[in-house]
Amino acid sequence: MLAEALFFSAVLFVIGVVGVLIRRNAIIVFMCVELMLNAVNLTFIAFAQRYGGRMTGQVFVFFVMTVAAAEAAVGLAIIIALFRHRHTVNLQNINVLKG
Amino acid sequence: MQATDMPHGTLPLLYTFHFYLFGIIAIVSALLFVTRKSPVAAALWLVNTMFCLAALYVMLDAQFIGAIQVLVYAGAIMVVFLFVIMLLNLGRGEGPSDARGLAWKLAAGAVGVAMLAQIFAFTKAKTPEALTLPQGYVAQQVADEGVITPIAGPLFKDYLLAFEVTSILLLAAIVGAVVLGKQRSESAGGSSAG
Repeated sequence: MLAEALFFSAVLFVIGVVGVLIRRNAIIVFMCVELMLNAVNLTFIAFAQRYGGRMTGQVFVFFVMTVAAAEAAVGLAIIIALFRHRHTVNLQNINVLKG
Repeated sequence: MQATDMPHGTLPLLYTFHFYLFGIIAIVSALLFVTRKSPVAAALWLVNTMFCLAALYVMLDAQFIGAIQVLVYAGAIMVVFLFVIMLLNLGRGEGPSDARGLAWKLAAGAVGVAMLAQIFAFTKAKTPEALTLPQGYVAQQVADEGVITPIAGPLFKDYLLAFEVTSILLLAAIVGAVVLGKQRSESAGGSSAG
Protein backbone atom coordinates (compact mmCIF):
# COMPACT_ATOMS: atom_id res chain seq x y z
CA MET A 1 0.00 0.00 0.00
CA LEU A 2 3.02 2.29 -0.26
CA ALA A 3 1.91 3.97 -3.49
CA GLU A 4 -1.60 4.62 -2.18
CA ALA A 5 -0.32 6.01 1.11
CA LEU A 6 2.05 8.34 -0.75
CA PHE A 7 -0.83 9.45 -2.96
CA PHE A 8 -3.07 10.29 0.02
CA SER A 9 -0.17 12.01 1.74
CA ALA A 10 0.64 14.16 -1.29
CA VAL A 11 -2.99 15.21 -1.73
CA LEU A 12 -3.35 16.10 1.97
CA PHE A 13 -0.10 18.09 1.90
CA VAL A 14 -1.21 20.08 -1.14
CA ILE A 15 -4.61 20.77 0.46
CA GLY A 16 -2.68 22.18 3.44
CA VAL A 17 -0.51 24.37 1.17
CA VAL A 18 -3.53 25.71 -0.71
CA GLY A 19 -5.27 26.40 2.61
CA VAL A 20 -2.32 28.43 3.86
CA LEU A 21 -2.37 30.44 0.64
CA ILE A 22 -6.09 31.21 0.38
CA ARG A 23 -7.21 31.72 3.99
CA ARG A 24 -6.73 34.87 6.03
CA ASN A 25 -7.83 33.62 9.44
CA ALA A 26 -4.59 33.10 11.37
CA ILE A 27 -5.96 30.11 13.32
CA ILE A 28 -7.08 28.31 10.16
CA VAL A 29 -3.72 28.98 8.52
CA PHE A 30 -2.10 27.45 11.59
CA MET A 31 -4.34 24.38 11.38
CA CYS A 32 -3.36 23.99 7.72
CA VAL A 33 0.26 23.76 8.87
CA GLU A 34 -0.79 20.96 11.23
CA LEU A 35 -2.45 19.21 8.29
CA MET A 36 0.82 19.39 6.35
CA LEU A 37 2.71 17.88 9.31
CA ASN A 38 0.17 15.06 9.41
CA ALA A 39 0.60 14.39 5.69
CA VAL A 40 4.36 14.09 6.12
CA ASN A 41 3.83 11.72 9.07
CA LEU A 42 1.80 9.45 6.81
CA THR A 43 4.74 9.35 4.39
CA PHE A 44 7.08 8.40 7.23
CA ILE A 45 4.83 5.57 8.37
CA ALA A 46 4.36 4.24 4.83
CA PHE A 47 8.11 4.20 4.18
CA ALA A 48 8.83 2.68 7.59
CA GLN A 49 6.70 -0.31 6.64
CA ARG A 50 8.68 -1.05 3.48
CA TYR A 51 12.21 0.30 3.93
CA GLY A 52 14.86 0.50 6.60
CA GLY A 53 13.99 -2.13 9.15
CA ARG A 54 14.45 -0.55 12.56
CA MET A 55 11.20 1.43 12.67
CA THR A 56 13.19 4.64 12.29
CA GLY A 57 10.30 6.22 10.43
CA GLN A 58 7.94 5.63 13.32
CA VAL A 59 10.46 7.10 15.77
CA PHE A 60 10.64 10.19 13.58
CA VAL A 61 6.86 10.50 13.60
CA PHE A 62 7.08 10.45 17.38
CA PHE A 63 9.50 13.39 17.29
CA VAL A 64 7.43 15.28 14.72
CA MET A 65 4.38 14.98 16.97
CA THR A 66 6.34 16.31 19.94
CA VAL A 67 7.61 19.29 17.98
CA ALA A 68 4.10 19.90 16.63
CA ALA A 69 2.71 20.00 20.17
CA ALA A 70 5.36 22.53 21.22
CA GLU A 71 4.74 24.55 18.08
CA ALA A 72 0.98 24.58 18.67
CA ALA A 73 1.44 25.82 22.25
CA VAL A 74 3.76 28.68 21.28
CA GLY A 75 1.86 29.56 18.09
CA LEU A 76 -1.48 29.78 19.83
CA ALA A 77 0.06 31.92 22.58
CA ILE A 78 1.34 34.26 19.85
CA ILE A 79 -2.14 34.38 18.30
CA ILE A 80 -3.67 35.23 21.69
CA ALA A 81 -1.11 37.98 22.26
CA LEU A 82 -1.79 39.30 18.74
CA PHE A 83 -5.54 39.26 19.32
CA ARG A 84 -5.10 41.20 22.55
CA HIS A 85 -3.05 43.79 20.74
CA ARG A 86 -5.00 44.19 17.47
CA HIS A 87 -8.43 42.69 18.33
CA THR A 88 -8.42 40.61 15.14
CA VAL A 89 -6.88 37.42 13.77
CA ASN A 90 -7.46 38.38 10.15
CA LEU A 91 -4.07 38.43 8.48
CA GLN A 92 -5.14 41.24 6.16
CA ASN A 93 -5.27 43.60 9.12
CA ILE A 94 -1.88 42.52 10.47
CA ASN A 95 0.41 44.16 7.96
CA VAL A 96 2.87 46.22 9.96
CA LEU A 97 5.80 44.75 8.03
CA LYS A 98 4.22 45.43 4.63
CA GLY A 99 6.36 47.78 2.53
CA MET B 1 -0.86 4.54 -8.68
CA GLN B 2 0.44 1.08 -9.53
CA ALA B 3 4.03 1.87 -8.78
CA THR B 4 7.05 0.43 -7.09
CA ASP B 5 5.81 -1.84 -4.35
CA MET B 6 4.11 -5.13 -3.73
CA PRO B 7 1.52 -6.62 -6.04
CA HIS B 8 -1.98 -6.01 -4.79
CA GLY B 9 -3.11 -9.56 -5.30
CA THR B 10 -1.40 -10.58 -2.08
CA LEU B 11 -3.52 -8.28 0.09
CA PRO B 12 -7.03 -9.16 1.21
CA LEU B 13 -9.73 -7.20 -0.56
CA LEU B 14 -11.18 -6.05 2.77
CA TYR B 15 -7.86 -4.45 3.71
CA THR B 16 -7.54 -2.64 0.40
CA PHE B 17 -11.15 -1.46 0.56
CA HIS B 18 -10.74 -0.02 4.05
CA PHE B 19 -7.43 1.58 3.17
CA TYR B 20 -9.04 3.44 0.28
CA LEU B 21 -12.13 4.21 2.37
CA PHE B 22 -10.18 5.90 5.17
CA GLY B 23 -7.89 7.68 2.72
CA ILE B 24 -10.79 9.11 0.77
CA ILE B 25 -12.62 10.17 3.97
CA ALA B 26 -9.40 11.90 5.10
CA ILE B 27 -9.10 13.82 1.82
CA VAL B 28 -12.77 14.82 1.76
CA SER B 29 -12.58 15.98 5.40
CA ALA B 30 -9.46 17.99 4.60
CA LEU B 31 -11.22 19.67 1.66
CA LEU B 32 -14.20 20.51 3.89
CA PHE B 33 -11.74 21.76 6.50
CA VAL B 34 -10.14 24.37 4.23
CA THR B 35 -13.46 25.53 2.81
CA ARG B 36 -15.45 26.03 6.05
CA LYS B 37 -15.91 29.62 7.12
CA SER B 38 -16.49 28.93 10.80
CA PRO B 39 -13.22 28.06 12.60
CA VAL B 40 -15.00 25.59 14.90
CA ALA B 41 -16.42 23.61 11.97
CA ALA B 42 -13.00 23.68 10.31
CA ALA B 43 -11.31 22.39 13.46
CA LEU B 44 -13.81 19.53 13.80
CA TRP B 45 -13.29 18.47 10.17
CA LEU B 46 -9.55 18.50 10.82
CA VAL B 47 -10.12 16.22 13.83
CA ASN B 48 -11.97 13.87 11.47
CA THR B 49 -9.00 13.88 9.08
CA MET B 50 -6.70 13.03 11.98
CA PHE B 51 -8.86 10.09 13.06
CA CYS B 52 -8.76 8.71 9.52
CA LEU B 53 -4.99 9.13 9.45
CA ALA B 54 -4.81 7.17 12.72
CA ALA B 55 -6.75 4.38 11.02
CA LEU B 56 -4.28 4.44 8.11
CA TYR B 57 -1.37 4.24 10.57
CA VAL B 58 -2.87 1.16 12.18
CA MET B 59 -3.31 -0.45 8.77
CA LEU B 60 0.33 0.33 7.96
CA ASP B 61 1.49 -1.67 11.03
CA ALA B 62 2.09 1.41 13.21
CA GLN B 63 -0.45 0.70 15.93
CA PHE B 64 1.38 2.64 18.64
CA ILE B 65 1.69 5.73 16.45
CA GLY B 66 -2.01 5.41 15.62
CA ALA B 67 -2.90 5.48 19.31
CA ILE B 68 -0.57 8.45 19.87
CA GLN B 69 -2.15 10.22 16.91
CA VAL B 70 -5.60 9.93 18.51
CA LEU B 71 -4.36 10.90 21.98
CA VAL B 72 -1.96 13.72 21.11
CA TYR B 73 -3.23 15.18 17.85
CA ALA B 74 -6.98 14.63 17.89
CA GLY B 75 -7.17 14.67 21.67
CA ALA B 76 -4.74 17.33 22.86
CA ILE B 77 -3.57 19.63 20.08
CA MET B 78 -6.97 20.10 18.46
CA VAL B 79 -8.60 20.66 21.85
CA VAL B 80 -6.11 23.48 22.45
CA PHE B 81 -7.05 24.93 19.06
CA LEU B 82 -10.76 24.75 19.88
CA PHE B 83 -10.08 26.24 23.29
CA VAL B 84 -8.31 29.24 21.74
CA ILE B 85 -11.03 29.70 19.10
CA MET B 86 -13.66 29.82 21.82
CA LEU B 87 -11.51 31.93 24.15
CA LEU B 88 -11.17 34.58 21.45
CA ASN B 89 -14.87 34.19 20.62
CA LEU B 90 -14.26 33.53 16.91
CA GLY B 91 -16.48 30.47 16.69
CA ARG B 92 -19.41 31.79 14.69
CA GLY B 93 -17.38 33.03 11.77
CA GLU B 94 -19.67 35.97 11.11
CA GLY B 95 -18.88 38.74 8.66
CA PRO B 96 -17.50 38.29 5.17
CA SER B 97 -15.53 35.17 4.39
CA ASP B 98 -11.85 35.36 5.07
CA ALA B 99 -10.87 33.60 1.83
CA ARG B 100 -8.65 35.63 -0.45
CA GLY B 101 -9.68 36.90 -3.87
CA LEU B 102 -9.82 35.06 -7.19
CA ALA B 103 -6.25 35.92 -8.18
CA TRP B 104 -4.93 34.40 -4.95
CA LYS B 105 -7.09 31.31 -5.44
CA LEU B 106 -5.83 30.80 -9.00
CA ALA B 107 -2.24 31.28 -7.86
CA ALA B 108 -2.77 28.82 -4.99
CA GLY B 109 -4.30 26.32 -7.39
CA ALA B 110 -1.32 26.65 -9.72
CA VAL B 111 1.10 26.14 -6.83
CA GLY B 112 -0.92 23.11 -5.70
CA VAL B 113 -0.92 21.50 -9.15
CA ALA B 114 2.81 22.13 -9.54
CA MET B 115 3.53 20.58 -6.12
CA LEU B 116 1.34 17.56 -6.85
CA ALA B 117 3.17 17.00 -10.14
CA GLN B 118 6.51 17.22 -8.40
CA ILE B 119 5.50 14.83 -5.63
CA PHE B 120 4.09 12.28 -8.07
CA ALA B 121 7.26 12.46 -10.14
CA PHE B 122 9.20 11.83 -6.95
CA THR B 123 7.15 8.77 -5.99
CA LYS B 124 8.16 7.14 -9.28
CA ALA B 125 11.81 7.22 -8.16
CA LYS B 126 13.50 3.88 -7.59
CA THR B 127 14.68 3.04 -4.09
CA PRO B 128 17.69 0.75 -3.62
CA GLU B 129 16.81 -2.90 -3.33
CA ALA B 130 19.14 -3.37 -0.38
CA LEU B 131 16.93 -1.14 1.76
CA THR B 132 13.70 -2.88 0.88
CA LEU B 133 12.27 -5.08 3.61
CA PRO B 134 10.75 -8.48 2.89
CA GLN B 135 6.98 -8.41 2.68
CA GLY B 136 5.24 -8.39 6.05
CA TYR B 137 8.49 -7.77 7.93
CA VAL B 138 7.09 -5.06 10.23
CA ALA B 139 3.90 -7.03 10.88
CA GLN B 140 6.05 -10.02 11.84
CA GLN B 141 8.17 -7.84 14.12
CA VAL B 142 5.02 -6.55 15.83
CA ALA B 143 3.72 -10.10 16.20
CA ASP B 144 7.02 -11.24 17.74
CA GLU B 145 7.90 -8.36 20.03
CA GLY B 146 4.67 -6.48 20.59
CA VAL B 147 3.64 -3.04 19.43
CA ILE B 148 5.85 -0.81 21.56
CA THR B 149 9.15 -2.67 21.88
CA PRO B 150 10.29 -2.19 18.25
CA ILE B 151 9.82 1.59 18.61
CA ALA B 152 11.16 1.90 22.14
CA GLY B 153 14.41 0.15 21.19
CA PRO B 154 15.71 2.70 18.68
CA LEU B 155 14.06 5.56 20.59
CA PHE B 156 15.99 4.89 23.78
CA LYS B 157 19.23 3.63 22.17
CA ASP B 158 19.96 5.31 18.83
CA TYR B 159 17.98 8.48 19.44
CA LEU B 160 18.42 8.93 23.18
CA LEU B 161 20.07 12.35 22.81
CA ALA B 162 17.27 13.60 20.56
CA PHE B 163 14.74 12.26 23.05
CA GLU B 164 16.36 14.17 25.91
CA VAL B 165 16.64 17.35 23.83
CA THR B 166 12.91 17.02 23.14
CA SER B 167 12.20 17.37 26.85
CA ILE B 168 14.13 20.65 26.91
CA LEU B 169 12.21 21.78 23.83
CA LEU B 170 8.90 21.07 25.56
CA LEU B 171 10.03 22.94 28.67
CA ALA B 172 11.03 25.94 26.55
CA ALA B 173 7.68 25.79 24.75
CA ILE B 174 5.77 25.80 28.05
CA VAL B 175 7.75 28.76 29.38
CA GLY B 176 7.39 30.60 26.07
CA ALA B 177 3.64 30.01 25.92
CA VAL B 178 3.18 31.28 29.49
CA VAL B 179 5.29 34.39 28.85
CA LEU B 180 3.50 35.18 25.59
CA GLY B 181 0.06 34.53 26.96
CA LYS B 182 0.55 36.41 30.20
CA GLN B 183 -1.73 39.38 30.72
CA ARG B 184 0.53 42.41 30.85
CA SER B 185 -0.14 44.45 33.98
CA GLU B 186 0.08 48.23 33.68
CA SER B 187 2.59 48.58 36.50
CA ALA B 188 4.98 46.03 35.03
CA GLY B 189 5.65 48.35 32.13
CA GLY B 190 5.32 45.61 29.52
CA SER B 191 8.98 44.91 28.92
CA SER B 192 8.52 41.15 29.24
CA ALA B 193 6.39 40.40 26.21
CA GLY B 194 8.08 42.74 23.77
